[in-house]
Amino acid sequence: MSVAFEVNGRTVSVRANETAPLLDVLRNELGLKGTRYGCGLEQCGSCMVLLDGEPVFSCSREVGTVTGRRITTVEGLSDHALVQAFLDEQAGQCGYCLSGIVISAKALLDRNSAPGRADIVAALERHLCRCGTHQRIIRAIERATASIREGAPA
Amino acid sequence: MSATTLPLSVVNNPRPDRWIRFEPGRTVRLSVGKVEIGQGVLTALAQIAAEELDVGLDRIRMVSGDTGAAPDEGSTSSSLSIEVSGASVRLIAAEVRHRVLTRVAQRLNCAPEDVAVVDGAFFHGEVPTGHDYWNFAGEVDLGREADGTAPRKPVAQYRVVGTTVARLDLPAKLTGAAFIHDIVRPDMLHARLLRQPSRGARLAALDEAAVRRAAGGELRIFRRGEFVALVSPDETIAQRAAVAATLHAAWDNVRLLEPAQQEAAWLVDQPSDDRRHGDPPADVAGEVFEGRYSRGYVAHASIGPSCALAECRDGHLTVWTHSQAVYPLRNSLANVLGRGLETITVRHVQGPGCYGHNGADDVALDAALIAVEIPDRCIRVQWRREEEFAFEPVGTAQVVHVRAVLDANGRPSDWTAEIWAATHVQRPAMGGNMLAHEALPQPAPEPHITDPAEAAGGGGTRNAMPMYDVGAKRIVHHLVLRAPVRTSALRGLGAPANVFAIECAMDELAEHAGEDPVAYRLSILSNQRARRVIERAAAMAGWQRRGQAGSGRGLGIGFAQYKNRSAYAAVVAEVEVERDVRVNRVWCAADAGLVINPDGARNQLEGGILQSASFTLKEQVRFDEQGISSTDWNLYPILRFSEVPEITCELIEANDQPSLGMGECTIGPTAAAIGNAVAHALGTRIRDLPLTRERIAAALLK
Repeated sequence: MSVAFEVNGRTVSVRANETAPLLDVLRNELGLKGTRYGCGLEQCGSCMVLLDGEPVFSCSREVGTVTGRRITTVEGLSDHALVQAFLDEQAGQCGYCLSGIVISAKALLDRNSAPGRADIVAALERHLCRCGTHQRIIRAIERATASIREGAPA
Repeated sequence: MSATTLPLSVVNNPRPDRWIRFEPGRTVRLSVGKVEIGQGVLTALAQIAAEELDVGLDRIRMVSGDTGAAPDEGSTSSSLSIEVSGASVRLIAAEVRHRVLTRVAQRLNCAPEDVAVVDGAFFHGEVPTGHDYWNFAGEVDLGREADGTAPRKPVAQYRVVGTTVARLDLPAKLTGAAFIHDIVRPDMLHARLLRQPSRGARLAALDEAAVRRAAGGELRIFRRGEFVALVSPDETIAQRAAVAATLHAAWDNVRLLEPAQQEAAWLVDQPSDDRRHGDPPADVAGEVFEGRYSRGYVAHASIGPSCALAECRDGHLTVWTHSQAVYPLRNSLANVLGRGLETITVRHVQGPGCYGHNGADDVALDAALIAVEIPDRCIRVQWRREEEFAFEPVGTAQVVHVRAVLDANGRPSDWTAEIWAATHVQRPAMGGNMLAHEALPQPAPEPHITDPAEAAGGGGTRNAMPMYDVGAKRIVHHLVLRAPVRTSALRGLGAPANVFAIECAMDELAEHAGEDPVAYRLSILSNQRARRVIERAAAMAGWQRRGQAGSGRGLGIGFAQYKNRSAYAAVVAEVEVERDVRVNRVWCAADAGLVINPDGARNQLEGGILQSASFTLKEQVRFDEQGISSTDWNLYPILRFSEVPEITCELIEANDQPSLGMGECTIGPTAAAIGNAVAHALGTRIRDLPLTRERIAAALLK
């Protein structure tokens, strides 16, 4: 069957079993490889995407449930201040967890333009980072907050 | 420089043209055998080449870990990449520069010293010569072996090395396709495995009809011996088939485990290969201190499960891997598949952080076995999360028994560390097996259990010899031969357990002597660089404010020089203990000699501290009868954002000293610092890791 939804501002229609994980459809049908497989169990956050602006795990979300809805993946955020802030802080080691974290950070900044450290930590609590880059990631989100206030793209 | 002092990578790959080529577009191709595993090494090696050649960093194009295109530098492990590959790149780049400039000088009829290089272009005095590396390198023989005699740029003239530069690989990883998992090849098929539960297990029955029903689409089930692959053009179908196959398979002859085997203490009194190192046994009079410390089995627990691709076309097998060791992997694949080396190319592609020997090599054999069976298609295998946890090799548990004889001042005059551990390295090229090899009709022989030699830093013995001034020091090492699960290299090997034991014992001895732990250490430590990092870390932490033990808040210190020869690190941790341990602050001072990329180095220190905090507070691989049972992130929790301390790291300036590998230097000291801080907070000591809620409750009841 075919499923139609919006990804990064573009309407797409893909042929897929409606019970297929959204993650597999994004990666294999749409070529959006920035969303990553980590556990398939909604436990690590590597697969996080925005669904109508809210961060959701795509690894066990059936694609049939997103018909007509709006998805944002990390590829849709390439101009966002968060990406530059992560590079400025060198907030990454292996980098595998980062795209999911950027997604949750984007959702946080959309609902709270001046998050404190506790807000950032709370927004990232569903994410795991194995390299121990947490402190830099938190700093990068703080930096993005400041740069958006000064006019950087949000 | 004599040939014997050349870095190993140059000895093995002496031709400069294997490393450096000048390519169109005024770029320099630098080929290295070390690979990027999230530690930033390719950026640092590019800096070294740019510095020595005097070209812009943006002109360097890195090629790494490719048996078709890069030198053989063995494995990317043991914090040796900057020490060995860095020294090699520096030497080779200096050789290339010297050869080219000598030839330019001949042409200009001047001395080589009179030729200046500015971003790859040659100047005579201030005057452009019209020559550069790109139009001149062809006139020089870069195939002639390097002998290490070319002059190298003095460190004082460095402009690129020693400055912070951004990681080359990070932008792509942040925003899209960048990992081996993301490769798309023509005619690609997705495969998953039904894993043999243990060596010797036989598949008695597999309900293929049920597997196909669950898969719901085109599926090929391929079996060779006990190796079973589920292959489909659709990844979702392959994944569903694998989940169903584990439920619909019946195995005979499965090796069963006992719960007691998951504890480090089980290792004591198991059959072992016993070795002694250091001073001979001595009968020294004096008060005796004894303490037995331990650490459980720990998983690498990469955030992305292992992945590989393989394709067999026209008889040639190409394998894409995130293994740490592409040339050794090629040897191992050739051996298992019965193929000539010349029929296999192994290419490294960056993967998620591995922190040692995880499933990367195993999955490469999985993919290769299927590719040979299904030629002209690219086979992509990705392990499932539960497969990664259950089947990757894990870091061995370890028991360390310290026995110290004290002098009249309460200082140790005689020191014995007795160690029990399974092997710390079972890479396929070092006696270990790739998993699928054990499932084939002619299974791999039992692994040959060894541990890294002392000359390579040891495995179970790594950092077991204290650096403190003790009259006689020795190690008794019991290498346990039959571990309950497959064990192999995990960041630091035996160092975390040994440093935890030594540094906890130091605190216990200081307390026994009624002295401050930092002052006590310094009273028996003559190594100046060691003293400096301890003093600096203590000063950063405001050590003098450290109060009485037992307040619920604690400050603790840990120190080591990794392998007793690489980077020095001292770590101070501040903790709060109620039911759980909360680490609030960590300070670290490290001396890694000449640091190539200071921010990259700090990133490694910070990452090591947080990973070690996670090991120390939370992590232990659990077993049930069937094998490893901690197969998801709820059963194997790691440190979360809400548990992360504030970290401050300082690099001691030591640019006049050789670069020292520092990727693993904080692992042991952090474990010890947290252990000592918890003891200070509680007023009682916990000698076994991890420092779980149960252990804290038990310690408080004592």
